[in-house]
Amino acid sequence: MGDSREAKRVRNRLALPYTGAELPMNLDLSRRDVLKIAGYGSLAAFIAACGGGGTSNNTGITATGGSMSLGSYNTDPNSKKGTDAIVSAFTAANGGTKVKVNTVDHGTFQNQISSYLQGTPEDAFTWFSGHRMRFFADKGLATPIDDVWDAVKSNYTEGFAASVKGNDGKAYAVPTDYYPWAVFYRKDVWSQHGYQVPTTWDALKTLSAQMKKDGLIPIAFADKDGWPAQGTFDIINLRLNGYDFHTELLTGKQKWTDARVTAVYKKWSEITQYYSPAFAGLTWEQGADQLLRKQAGMYLLGLFVSDEFKASGSQADLDQLDFFPFPDMGTQYDAEKALDAPIDVFMLTKKSPTLQADLGQAKAFLEFVAKGSTQVLYWQNAPGSIPTANDADTSTYPALTKKAVQIVSQAKKITQYFDRDSRPDYSGPNGMQGFLLKFLANPKQDTTSLQGQMQAFWDSLPPE
Amino acid sequence: MANTTTSPAPARTQKAPEAGALVTRRKRRYTLLTRHDKILIALMVGVPLTLDLLLVWGPTLASVGFSFTNWQNIGPITGKNFVGFKNYQFMFSGYTLFWPAFTHNLIWLAWLTLIATPLGMFFAVLLDRDMRGTRIYQSVFFLPVVLSLVVVGFIWDLQFAPTDGFINNALGTAKSSNLIDWLGNPRINLFSILIATSWRHVGYIMILYLAGLKSVDPSLREAARVDGATEVQTFFRVVLPVMAPINVIIVVVTAIEALRAFDIAFIINQGKNGLELLSILIYNNSISEASLVGFGSAIAVILLLISLVPIVAFLSRVMRTLA
Repeated sequence: MGDSREAKRVRNRLALPYTGAELPMNLDLSRRDVLKIAGYGSLAAFIAACGGGGTSNNTGITATGGSMSLGSYNTDPNSKKGTDAIVSAFTAANGGTKVKVNTVDHGTFQNQISSYLQGTPEDAFTWFSGHRMRFFADKGLATPIDDVWDAVKSNYTEGFAASVKGNDGKAYAVPTDYYPWAVFYRKDVWSQHGYQVPTTWDALKTLSAQMKKDGLIPIAFADKDGWPAQGTFDIINLRLNGYDFHTELLTGKQKWTDARVTAVYKKWSEITQYYSPAFAGLTWEQGADQLLRKQAGMYLLGLFVSDEFKASGSQADLDQLDFFPFPDMGTQYDAEKALDAPIDVFMLTKKSPTLQADLGQAKAFLEFVAKGSTQVLYWQNAPGSIPTANDADTSTYPALTKKAVQIVSQAKKITQYFDRDSRPDYSGPNGMQGFLLKFLANPKQDTTSLQGQMQAFWDSLPPE
Repeated sequence: MANTTTSPAPARTQKAPEAGALVTRRKRRYTLLTRHDKILIALMVGVPLTLDLLLVWGPTLASVGFSFTNWQNIGPITGKNFVGFKNYQFMFSGYTLFWPAFTHNLIWLAWLTLIATPLGMFFAVLLDRDMRGTRIYQSVFFLPVVLSLVVVGFIWDLQFAPTDGFINNALGTAKSSNLIDWLGNPRINLFSILIATSWRHVGYIMILYLAGLKSVDPSLREAARVDGATEVQTFFRVVLPVMAPINVIIVVVTAIEALRAFDIAFIINQGKNGLELLSILIYNNSISEASLVGFGSAIAVILLLISLVPIVAFLSRVMRTLA
């Protein structure tokens, strides 16, 4: 795990929710299993080959053989293995298409994305859904793929369909995996104290007060890296003010000085007394350790928290991990059951010098990664990334993954997390990460001037 | 500035006036240089000068140019991108991080000048005496200097961690009732990382100063002792003045270290929540995903202007001593 924890650490410094986490599951692949998977792979290749040039020529948008290139930020050992696996499966299935993969360190890739897409990028690249996808689509640095999307969209739910659309209504991406944010807890600790899952805000506060009495840190919270606090802002804003307001606020169509934003901070300040002491000096891993070591009662985080359980705990600890969706707050927006579930996607660049020649192969690749079988192959290597396709074989999912799928499918609105839904110059350490830390340093403060600073900072940013 | 302090190279004062007078009449007659020499000199001066202009002053001037735009590293810079002094105006009035960062750099400088550097000099003086095991002490103090600042940042990040760090556990302050948040409390975290910085800086200064002390002529001290000077008097009246060139270097090194402070704060928390520094603001604005190249450049220009103060002071002094 050393490498992957290190990669994660670096990635966290770069204010990025970790995507390649591991889930609790027994993945002791025997050689036979591997052969089986490879067998299925080649079977798929065989079927594709039988369907012949036929299927691909029928749609007229894909091509077999030839070559293409892929820019990938999957440097974490698990996700890199997963990428390699789907790339070789694609080569086998698509008439031997040679795929040149250029793997770049995750943080570097993200920081350099503007220069990368304007220079000589690869044909296809790994990226995020949300505002960050639409931004580059607007700038004409991504190729629309409506034809591919039309061919694969029957394999996706409506939520995912919305996540691939640019501001111009065209499709720009194929979603391949995601993970939800929820409130995590240990089943054994809860049954020992007889706690019940809170479904309302008041129940959450009552439970927190009880946990405090019982000598627990009610809510583990760790914001040294700056981005974890944004998850709490997202969910409270979604519950209080709804999806539309939230997305408009994060893209500058609403003001940060709005009374509805004030309400979010006011509500938030009701639970900060239950947070981990010294949370501004704790990393999310240290927060996860408080939950793991039974010091804390709850923890609002992404599914990747299970990674820390796997790394620092045992299988028994993992089996105790469970979660519930953030409680209702008594508004009309409770019914949206909205939550953060960041989606990872593949896209096509615009300026790749080889894209014209490889367009058919690149589109064939996007069609290929839209298949459930491909995504499961990736998930088997990187189990923190839940497949997005409807036809993904869910029978081997462990309970935690199944539940994660369930709460996401019940959500009527899905957001991508603050730093993917807003502009990066606003969500980073310069902007919202710092502002939220200022708020959390003194949650009972009158937030008027702080909100004024937030709006002033937004206004100072050049038009996108 | 060069003209007032160092101008018509005093080193050549003997010859320069006559030559200068003649030059105006007939240019080529009195030159001692052959054609070959001239080409050689042109090359020797020209190549480094071109490289310097291209690689140092080019980007510097480009930054100054960028600082008047709102360019975001996407597309060409057009007339629409030019926003005049808007970046500067916002930096000084609206941007809530600039003055804290500026203050933190000053505190950094003050800390290094008043605490870390004198401590390093003190260690050097102690180790300069022929005490037993001086080599071992030298190695111990020098070891952190070998480490990259990123590694130093990681080491102290672990030491200062609130619940599982060594420091809180050793002090007995790891319990939630009296937890000291070394890195998360904006009132103290700057001093936490200053301790981390000093850990390295002290060794660096020590080794520089020790090298200087070794080169001081022992007969000077002997003479002082014969004259009845105490240890303290000997150091301040004899050794310190002799060490003047080294002292200048120490001062400049300290100033530069304070201005380029970046690594440790960045490793700890990307320079937010009390750890803002000018260099980090430049990074967070222009090099990171934010891509606010224009605004980041404006901060860089300010940092450049601040840096020019010690650099000019140093250079003018060096030029004067050379002359």
